[in-house]
This record gives sequence, C-alpha cells and structure tokens, in this order.
Amino acid sequence: MNAPITITIDGVEVPATPGQTILEAADAAGIYIPRLCYRPGLEPYGGCRVCMVHVAGRACAACTQPVSPNMVVENDTGELQEQRKMIIEMLFVEGNHFCMFCEKSGNCELQALAYRFGITAPRFDLFFPKRDVDASHPEILIDHNRCILCAGCVRASRDLDGKSIFHFTGRGPDRRIAVNAEAQLAATDADVTDRALDVCPVGALLRKREGYRTPVGQRPYDQAPIGSNDQPEEA
Amino acid sequence: MTAALASAIGEICDGVGRDPTRLLDVARAVQERFRCVSTAATDHIAKELGVPRGDVDGLVSFYAFLSREPKGRVVIRLSDDIIDRLHGFDRVRDAFGRALGIEPGQTTPDGAITLETTSCIGMCDQAPAALVNEVVVTDLSTDRAREIVGDLRDHMEPARLVRTFGDGNNAHDLVRAMVNNNIRAEGPFVLSELQRGEAVSKAIGVSPAEVIRAVKTARLRGRGGAGFPTGMKWEYARNAEPPDGSRRKFVICNADEGEPGTFKDRVILTERADRVLAGMTIAGYAIGAEEGILYLRDEYAYLQRYLEHLIDERRGDGLLGPRILGTDFGFDVRIQMGAGAYICGEETALINSCEGKRGDPRNRPPFPAQSGYLGCPTIVNNPETLCCVTKIIETGPATFCAHGSPASSGTKLLSVSGDCHAPGVYELPFGLTLRALLDRAGAADAAAVQVGGPSGTMVAPDHFDRRIEFDDLATGGAIMVFGPDRDILEIVRGFMDFFVHESCGYCTPCRVGNVILRDRIARIIDDRGEPSDLDELETLSQTIRATSRCGLGQTSPNPVLSTLESFRSAYEQRVEADPDGFRRSFDLASSVCLTVSPDARPSSGGREPSP
Amino acid sequence: MAATSNKPRVATVSLAGCFGCHMSLLDIDERLLDLAELIEFDRSPINDYKSFDGRRCAVGLIEGGCANEENVRVLRDFRTHCDVLVSVGACAINGGIPALRNMVSVEECIDEAYRSGLTVVNPDGILPDDPELPRLLDRVRPCHEVVKIDYHLPGCPPSADTIWNALTALLSGAPPELPYPLIKYD
Repeated sequence: MNAPITITIDGVEVPATPGQTILEAADAAGIYIPRLCYRPGLEPYGGCRVCMVHVAGRACAACTQPVSPNMVVENDTGELQEQRKMIIEMLFVEGNHFCMFCEKSGNCELQALAYRFGITAPRFDLFFPKRDVDASHPEILIDHNRCILCAGCVRASRDLDGKSIFHFTGRGPDRRIAVNAEAQLAATDADVTDRALDVCPVGALLRKREGYRTPVGQRPYDQAPIGSNDQPEEA
Repeated sequence: MTAALASAIGEICDGVGRDPTRLLDVARAVQERFRCVSTAATDHIAKELGVPRGDVDGLVSFYAFLSREPKGRVVIRLSDDIIDRLHGFDRVRDAFGRALGIEPGQTTPDGAITLETTSCIGMCDQAPAALVNEVVVTDLSTDRAREIVGDLRDHMEPARLVRTFGDGNNAHDLVRAMVNNNIRAEGPFVLSELQRGEAVSKAIGVSPAEVIRAVKTARLRGRGGAGFPTGMKWEYARNAEPPDGSRRKFVICNADEGEPGTFKDRVILTERADRVLAGMTIAGYAIGAEEGILYLRDEYAYLQRYLEHLIDERRGDGLLGPRILGTDFGFDVRIQMGAGAYICGEETALINSCEGKRGDPRNRPPFPAQSGYLGCPTIVNNPETLCCVTKIIETGPATFCAHGSPASSGTKLLSVSGDCHAPGVYELPFGLTLRALLDRAGAADAAAVQVGGPSGTMVAPDHFDRRIEFDDLATGGAIMVFGPDRDILEIVRGFMDFFVHESCGYCTPCRVGNVILRDRIARIIDDRGEPSDLDELETLSQTIRATSRCGLGQTSPNPVLSTLESFRSAYEQRVEADPDGFRRSFDLASSVCLTVSPDARPSSGGREPSP
Repeated sequence: MAATSNKPRVATVSLAGCFGCHMSLLDIDERLLDLAELIEFDRSPINDYKSFDGRRCAVGLIEGGCANEENVRVLRDFRTHCDVLVSVGACAINGGIPALRNMVSVEECIDEAYRSGLTVVNPDGILPDDPELPRLLDRVRPCHEVVKIDYHLPGCPPSADTIWNALTALLSGAPPELPYPLIKYD
C-alpha cells in the first residue's frame, strides 16, 4: 500500500508516497509550489487557490490532490503563474492591507508572495471594506482587515488545541472569521500559548507586544523570495 | 422568556434525538417558532446538542432563510431574478414597500411583516412571484401587491392569500397552492402517467448489477446539468466500502433546484413525486443503500406535507420500509429541508447541509460515491434523473435510447421563461434545436436565449440551430428567452449579482473575483468602461473559471465569457478610451464631497497653484 | 537653470502624501549630482516651481494618492504634461495612510478632526470652510484609479536605491525592473 511511487513535477521525476498530496511530495523533493492556506500538520483546506497545478491538463489544488503513480504535474507554467498572481492581487484588494505599519510586514506570506510575483500595484480597484479589530483579549489581537480567510486558526484551534475558538460566519463576500463567544475573543478560552496563534500567514491573528522585533533587512522575506532555500527563520 | 426559550429548544432538540447532524432542522424549527435564532437561542442549541457555539452561529449566518435578528410574523420574500425583473419586479417591490411603509430588508415597526428579496424561487413561468412565509404568490402586479398587504394586515394568514388553486396536485389538500404546472409538452419518460410499484417490483426482481447494467445501457446521464453517467456513479457507490463498522450507504435526491430560470423539478415533485421516490428506491437497491434523503429547497416548503404524505403512502403499500414488497430489501426516505442557499445544489455542499452544517462544498477527492453523507458511500441524483431510472426499468433501456440523440439518450425537461408566449415545462427528446423549442414556446422574435441558467450559455440568433444535448448546449433545463428590447449587459449584471449573493466565499477567486466582475460590468453599463476592461473581464473570468473550487465559481463567469463572445458589440458600444489618459471610471463630480458648508462652496473649487 | 537645455525633464509632486518619498529621492545622496547631469527638474518641490511651463516632461513622479479635488486636478495636469507617469510609494499606489479614512464616512472624519476628537479645542464647533480649500473626495484613491499610470514603485517610502534604479532605467528608455530586494511595501 505504501510502496513509494514516482510522480513528475515540471518534468522532474520525484518520489512520493501514496496518501501524500502533490504539495507534500513537492515539498519533500524541494520543489516549491506557491501556497497560502496550506499548513503542515493541519487538514488541507484548498481555499486560497494559490497552489493550483495542472494534472493531465486538469486544474486542481496541489494541497488537496493526492498523488497517484506516474502522475504528471505542471506547476511552473506561465498560465498558472499568471493565475496565482491574479489571486494574490484579489486578496490584496479584498482586505485592508496597510503593510507600512503592520507588525507582520517582512514575515507575511501574502506580502512575500506578492514580492515573489513582482507585484508593484494591484490591477483591481481596492474594496476598502469596513472590518473590525478585536483587541479585547489582553494578549491576543484579531485584525479582520488583514484576514484572508485561510482557516488556519479555525483548523488549528479545533484540531491542535481542541478548543474550536474560531469559526466562519456569513457567506460569500461577507464571510468572516468569528470567535466562539457572543461578542469578543476575551470571552473565549483563547490563550496566548494556543497553537492557533502560530499559523496565521498574515497579520490578522497576533500575539500582542511581539511585533517589530526583527530589524528591517533581517526579516524572513527581506532578501530572498518565499520558497527559496536560504531563508532565515523568523527570530 | 429565557426559560421558555430554553425549554422550547430542549423539546426541539429532543425531537431530533439530540443528534448534532440535525442542526439545520433544529435551527429551522427555532426560526419558525421565535422568528430568529437569537444569541440566546444559539447558546441553548449549542448546549443541548453538545456542539461549539460557532457551529450554530456559522450555520445560521450561512442560510438566507435563517436570521439572528427577529423577522416579522409574516415574511414576504420577493423573488429577484432576471425573469422577475423582466416582468415588473421593480414596480412590484416598490408597491410592497410603499404599502408596508418599509424598504426591502426591513420589518414593519409593529414587528408584523418583513419585506425581503430572495434569489429565484422557481416560479419564472409565473413571474413576478414571492413567498409569503411558505405560501407562494404568483403573477404579481402592483395592484396585487397592495391587496396582499391589505389582506395580511387584516388577518395575517398567508394561506388565505390563495384564492384559486393551480392545476393538478397544486389543488391537493396538502398543497393548496395557486402555482400552476404549465406543462406544455408531456414526454414519454418523466411526465407520463405511472403505475405505482411497477418499477420497484421489476427492479427487485433482478439483481442490483442488472439494474445498474440497464441504466448504463440506457446511457443515462445526470439531468442536473453536469451530465455524469448515472450508471457509473452507481457502480462506484456499489463497489465502495462503508467506513469501519458500518454498512450504511445513502441515496440523496437533489431537489434543491436553485438555478435561476429552472422550475421543472417543482413540476416533477408536484405531479410525479411518486416516480422520484421509486427512483430513489431503485437506486438504493442498486448500490446497497437502505436510507434515502430527499433534499427539498426551502422555497418549495409548500410541497413538504404532500411529499411526506406520499412517503407514508408508499410505506403503506410496502414500497418503502424495512421489507419492500416482502423481500429482504429495506429502504426508507426522509425529507431534509434546505434553508435558502443555491450553493447547496452542489452535491458536496448538499451533503454538508444534510449533516446540519454550513453549505460549503467539500474538497474532492474523496468523491461522495466513496465517502459522502456521514462518511458513507453516497449517490446524489437529480429528481429528473431518478424519474428516468424508473422508466428505464419499466420499459427497458432500448425504449429509452430510442428517444434523443446518440450521445444524449432520452428526453429533457426544459423550463422555458421570459419573453415568450408559452412559458412552462417541456419534456422533449434530446437533440432538438433551440429554434424548434423557441417555435413551440412562441418566441419567434427572441434576440438572445440563456441556455442553462446564469451558469450556462447566452446564445445569439445565428446560433439558434444549436442542439440541446450534452455535447452541444448542455443544460439542467433553464431556458430564458430575451426579446430584442432587452439590455444584454443588464442581464449579465443580474446574473453576476446572483453569483455574488450565492457564493459561499470559501475560495478566493469566487469570493473576490465575482465581485470584481460584477462591478466591472456595472462600470461599463454606466458608460465608464474602457476598451481594456474587456480584456480584463476576459482574463479575470478565465482565472475564476480555472481556479475556483466548485462548480459555482467554475461556471460563474460564463455569463460574461459567453456574452463577450456572442454579444461583443453590446460591450464595444459602451466602452471608449480617454485620449488624455484620464480614467473614465473616475468621475470627479460624483466623487467630491460637499461636507463642509455646501452653500459656501464655489462650483469649480480647487485652489489654483500660484505660478 | 538653462532654459535651452536638452536634458529630459522630470517633474515631481506630493499629493496626499507625507513627502517621505521625496525625502527618499533626496536620499540618493551624492548621486544627486549625477542626476543633475542627467535631467532637468520641471515643476517639483525640489525647485519650488509650482506649475508646468508648457514643455513636455519625460517623467512625472507622483507621491501620494488623491484625497481631494486639487489632487485630482494636479494629477491630471501631470498626465497631460508627462510622457511617463510613475506612482511612487504606498499612498500613490494604494492610498496609503490617508486611505485609512476610507473605512469611515467623511462626515465622521471631519467631526473627529474638528469637533469631537480628544485633543480638539473648538468650542464654537467651527469647521474649515474657506472657499480656497479644495473639497474632499468621498474616499482616497490610488493614482491609477484616476489617470493611467505607467509604472509603480512600491514602498513606504521606496528606498533611494529603488527610486534611483527606476529613474535611471526610465531615462535610458528602459522599463524599470526592480530586483527582488527592492520591491517592498513597507
């Protein structure tokens, strides 16, 4: 059942294990597929659509698609990179991303992907939605302006912390993260040690008083693009 | 009040055996009783069912017919789709608003009546239409709107708004609806007369494998729109192993007909529901399932009691229940009511909804045939598909294949609406040309036809000889006819409004991209578009189509893409380049705010820079 | 300044910005001397010329987005006079800090600024209403939503190297291509 198999990504043969997703096999082989909502150790979500690849001409999300023997995956094609770039731009215009004062700047995966794709300005008009900030908790901040709805916190709180503090509310453009209380985070049993706080790819869910510690120039994505092998770890 | 709420919720939860997978039923019941699922109710439900509060809140916020804030005792939901708009929706909406003294989205100050708009309620053949609680009112006019408000003010009993019943079973004691079937062509398979029990007894007289073989031989493909071969789906589910320790498999009938312009399932459920139930039973026999769920959209709640009665009758006749026709095969059906969400017509979203969850589609694989409802092998079929199954079993696959075209056997039910003389349901063999259908429907001067609803294709007159079949114009059955005076871009805007409203928001391209598409169309309609907008519409549409997670997003750009192709001049006439390099989308006059002392402002404004 | 110079002309302006991007331009340090060899400044805060004199400009550098009608007028003036327009910095590109008001109504904004703000002393509740004051836009807009913009240099501010790199490329007739470390949003 678990005998190793071989798949091909962009013409390179790489080993894979049945049960792995394309993304996991690519990571194991050192091939970078851009992604946002994927988190090792969490149930694949398939929501951001940045990791779209082609398998036998069919589009699928690398983070949810299991490998199969002799699968041929296209990842680094002009068409896919253009689509990924456009999706990143969509996320930028959908929220309010003020990088210049965000604690996560330099260590934000959305920003890092935009850098990697050479995005200098969003091609779509900005939405400027009205979104809330929940600073009720003494040690944790939720800034919905920056949330990209990747469900990282939802999954981690439910599956790693066993707390289900976060869930989705509303649908379509009104979809938001909500907390498991009538009003705000302070009324939940969220704790600063929760692993849910470690998975936010952007600056939407943060521990307070921890920002701006790494000097500009030394932050993870200052010098080399996300997905490079020589990235420093965040201090 | 709190104690009353708590005990009522306790009772409601007891009624479903405190089963968390019945959360949607619980929320619907609470909504019906208390006119909302309040914060307090959310807490009580969570406690009673032992689920996180967020599960309840997430669910309530997802479905359009559930609300956190109290609704009026009577809720008027005006069907707002493009066909209603063609037939005077705006005037009717305003008439209701004036008579009630409120805007859509509001409740009268006495808490009596709420006015809302909602996506297509499946009455395009008698538009404009509305739901008054669960009572359907059709063929609305401004006069009728005023009358309805007057009558409601009088007695507050929506059922009394129905003065004359519609044809057929619409007049049945358990339906009592003013809805008309408008059956214009009764074909041999779906709408023809049936003899109860014939198909089921024939099916269980042969082996399940033979049933599947017959369905395959008939080349039956799903009638919901996607056209997946039914026999193949059944075979997957038959061969799939239920999860450890379980023997359960499920048959779900997807009667969540929500594609605007589609209403054929309404007619099937009114007149041929027996055939649907027979089809489900045969499907259960074929795949080895003993349980079925009929998922009924909330808009068709007026049919619920009648359908439950039919299920009971079939139990009495030995056609449902533990020992069908005295054999060891048992199969039973429950009805799952939806709560206002088009996305639940997507099969994995529908399964989530049946499990009492938000109607977010699931990741695939696994496919439902491997792991669906409660993780068990599940098939999801359209009511029309199930009707076809019964006929294939009754008369044999050859008879079925004798109708239609080589790749598309049998007949198709078509819901025709819009600018035509004979709107209604047509059961016609696959392979007929669009022109032939338009002739029958009295739509000789059609200037554009949307085949397949908003997610389908807009066809221009020079393509009216295209055929309705899987290999050409594939459709779930919605045929919307537009006359020469209709504005194509307004139609596209209406469709994009719909997709934005009905997107679940799970994935980026559908959640964000459709908003951008809709706004860009609106900009062009406002004469603020530039030629480059057309290219951007195209690339954006392609990206949404290629990267969205489910069928909704993968088809939502179709109105834009198909009209950019067939009706390009409608766009080109309205876009223009600005020779000065100023963006036409920006209008200074309407963007300036007169916040400060409007009387003191000079009309030109703006300080001239000193030289 | 030599009116007869054939050097390409460069105009700059700060619309709804903080002049930080102009500071960053000055931050090219001794390369300013090289720049002076390469170009001639048209209207710019650097020479304090306040309007175009009718000659074409090769490049216009725009700092800041459009917050009021004067910003729009000036930006359109730049579009008319410049061959290439470059949005420089976060405000020009996405509204930046001034766009924080886009999530609040203009009425509330004015009220907070001139009447109810914690540090406001304005007992008579007088609002600025001099007709000379340009009227506000309903929301702050990036420059490319108002006129066609040819290139964007992100950053808050873009580094001196970014600006130098882009400007020298443009003057040599090439599109600016920023190496990875020079694309920054902060």
